[in-house]
Amino acid sequence: MAVAIHINHVKKQYDDNVVIHDLSTDIKPGELFTLLGPSGCGKTTLLRMIAGFISIEAGTILFDEKVINDVPVHKRNIGMVFQSYAIFPNMTVYRNVEYGLKNKKLSKEEIKKRMEEILRIVQLTEYKDRYPNQLSGGQQQRVALARAFVVQPQVLLMDEPLSNLDAKLRLEMRAVISGIQKKLGITTVYVTHDQEEALAMSDRIAVMNNGDIYQCDVPERIYSRPYNTFVANFIGSSSMIDGVVTSSNDVTGIRLATGMEIVMQNVVPLEIGRKVIVSIRPEEFVIVPEGKGKKGVVKLKQFLGRNIKYEIQFEDGTEIEVCSDTNSTERIYESGEDIYITVNTKRINVFDSESKRTLIEGVQSNV
Amino acid sequence: MFKRKGRGFLQGYRIDFWDVITLISMIFFGLFLIYPVSRLVVNAFQTKGAIGEISIGNFIKFFSKPYYRNAVLNSVKVTFFATMLTIFIGVTLAYITTNFKIKAVKVINVLIIISMFSPPFIGAYSWILMLGRAGVITVFFQNVFGITLPTIYGFNGILLVFTLNLFPYIYMYTRGALKKVDKSLGEAAESLGDHGIKKVIKVSLPLITPTILAGAAIVFLRAFADYGTPRLIGEGYIVMPVLVYNEWLSETGSNAFFASAVAFIMMIIAIVVFLLQMHFSRKNYNMSMLNPPEPKKLKGIGNILAHVFVYFVTTLSILPTIYITIISFKNYKGSIMIDGYSLTNYVLVWAKAKSSIVNTFKFGITAIIVIVLLGTMFAYVTVRKRNPFSRSLDACVQLPYVIPGTIYGLMLLISYNSGLIVLTGTATIIIIAYIIRRMPYTVRSSASILRQINPNIEEASLSLGYSSLPTFFKVTMPVMIPGIVSGAILSWITVIQELSSTLMLYTGKTSTMSTAIFQEVNRSSYGTASALATILKIVMISSLLLFFKLTGNADVDM
Repeated sequence: MAVAIHINHVKKQYDDNVVIHDLSTDIKPGELFTLLGPSGCGKTTLLRMIAGFISIEAGTILFDEKVINDVPVHKRNIGMVFQSYAIFPNMTVYRNVEYGLKNKKLSKEEIKKRMEEILRIVQLTEYKDRYPNQLSGGQQQRVALARAFVVQPQVLLMDEPLSNLDAKLRLEMRAVISGIQKKLGITTVYVTHDQEEALAMSDRIAVMNNGDIYQCDVPERIYSRPYNTFVANFIGSSSMIDGVVTSSNDVTGIRLATGMEIVMQNVVPLEIGRKVIVSIRPEEFVIVPEGKGKKGVVKLKQFLGRNIKYEIQFEDGTEIEVCSDTNSTERIYESGEDIYITVNTKRINVFDSESKRTLIEGVQSNV
Repeated sequence: MFKRKGRGFLQGYRIDFWDVITLISMIFFGLFLIYPVSRLVVNAFQTKGAIGEISIGNFIKFFSKPYYRNAVLNSVKVTFFATMLTIFIGVTLAYITTNFKIKAVKVINVLIIISMFSPPFIGAYSWILMLGRAGVITVFFQNVFGITLPTIYGFNGILLVFTLNLFPYIYMYTRGALKKVDKSLGEAAESLGDHGIKKVIKVSLPLITPTILAGAAIVFLRAFADYGTPRLIGEGYIVMPVLVYNEWLSETGSNAFFASAVAFIMMIIAIVVFLLQMHFSRKNYNMSMLNPPEPKKLKGIGNILAHVFVYFVTTLSILPTIYITIISFKNYKGSIMIDGYSLTNYVLVWAKAKSSIVNTFKFGITAIIVIVLLGTMFAYVTVRKRNPFSRSLDACVQLPYVIPGTIYGLMLLISYNSGLIVLTGTATIIIIAYIIRRMPYTVRSSASILRQINPNIEEASLSLGYSSLPTFFKVTMPVMIPGIVSGAILSWITVIQELSSTLMLYTGKTSTMSTAIFQEVNRSSYGTASALATILKIVMISSLLLFFKLTGNADVDM
């Protein structure tokens, strides 16, 4: 039932402005596939090409074996959920959800059965006779979801569906969406700029920038092994420190600009003197007793409850962000105090300083 | 694996419903706007019959005779002063009613809206009955005080009628804009040390200037194009629309070429004013409406002055309507008013001018149906389908704004007098005139409704399996309906009162209420004219009440 989506060398341009040059990826049947990237990266453009709202200048998009480039939107059998919900203001909840069903040659009983089921799933049964302006944002969002799911589309497309909701509702709706999606097993393309949302919901994530996919992988790999510095920066926050390779045997030694010496066991072979960028997340720094690590000065301390966040400056001027777990911390440092830092090298990432690509063994851009 | 296919420009292109609509609109505007305009322009540069050689003889004749030159001066002079006066009255009134508490302000608003939607020529005729040579007020002053009032005919009268009929436009526009000036802006100005009038000039005025200019342009174009008022009250004060009409129907033989040349000059002036307005009101401030201004209660002399001003202006503007209504019940013997009140005038109207009432409804309803259907779809094309065709459609739609009714009537006559399509003397030609003249307003209001509708809802419908045609009728149109209906009512109100182009186009069989009133006034049958005018006003006011009911608000958004 679920279809695969194949995107082969597609190109999008408006007049002389090429938005997407040459993009290819494959979306597996039944998975929740997320296009993640900053605004203007081309993620919504790609989604709207799959939907058929905008033309494809070159390349092909296929649903299973069928090329859909020239299939008009209304014949693609898709369901779409918009950022603005786009529910029909002149129809009740029931009429909104029923709208797409009425266009499919179904028996009255079948329509009734499906309507009852979907309204129950999205918990809107008691609101079915209300008009959109009598609903809260979350309820409107659920109408939009129900309307898209009820037609049992081949492909479900979601364009930042949660970005208009408040933080609490967003968490709740994440669960609702992935719940229904898993249950019905519809191949879903989900667009968002919220990395946390992407990590939490997706089967796979494609990180996009400048109209291209930089990395496509499962959430854990995207987070722990970013393919390039853009992905490393975009997913979570990292301190980017310049370094140079100092030894290259079984293990690789790197000296950081801060003066730290680190030993990496999982990088590809590198020649001595090669310039690299080391990206270290706040939780990958370790605070150690005096004299053991590199000395820095605490510039700012923020106590966040479960964690403590420090901004630390080293002697060479490099500033880093360090996050330490309140439960396992020995003591809390105050601004102006000296502090000693080492790095947990198993988790950190190393990139080539020219190509900005990863030097960790076995990391691929497209999985 | 998959090879890229070379794709030609039109390969895989599907002609959809909207391409058909675009084509229809092109044919429609081509036939009834572009062709007539070009015929008029060609005519203006001809002096001999058939298609002769290009000549500027008409223009030489026009500018060499003081009689013709004066018509331009007269037109510009009276229009300019009327515009200035309407700005003064309209802005002052709007400022007072938005910022200060005025008793019965809602009634005031409704009365002002009513006078805005009253045709100016009926106002002119009513003022003649009050202040003319044999007018009740004139006679009263003459007999009781022995005072001879200044003459109402000529410049003064035209100015009076234009000002009272047109200040509501400035008032409505300005009030709309003032309501959007955030209260906190004024408070911010006060905190920085600007008080009272200084605050108004430095903060409010600059923000609403683009709106005032837009209103002023409308006032200018309307006053400039009006034929009925100067024809009735102007006497020797000849203005351009009167000149065009006279040249076309001159007793010494109609001169279509010269009339066209005069019309051409009029259009040029109108276009210049229109472009100036566009240029100066480009800067439009988007204002947040977090804190709309609240009317404050004024104290003492200021309060009295504000009330006197508001009530005085409103009374003046509604006075002609009231007087006409009273007169309609008065007994007449020929053109002489005699004692007693009765329904005689109405009985006479029913006997004499029944067909004109029927025609008004027939033409009006037909025109409105076409205007709504085509206007909505044309608006859809211009807003949602951006391409070279829709942009030229957009330009076409603007053109009727600058074509005075008399001139448009003339164009249609020149174009469809003979040849393949002959429409002169038919009801069709009048209905076409109504459609084209009113279309811009409908397209513009539909377009602004459409811009507020998120295109996503149409895309949602497409994604759920409906193609563009059912999507328009099932989703877009129903969402637009409230706006379309209220727009249609306003169009209806203007269409049933249309005079200037109907006067050029009608024959005995296709006379409407407005032309019948005009003819009755010309024959000095003041009783029947008033009765007809009253019937027209009742239709207008009940339509307006329906509009208020539908919009749920005794107001008209401009």
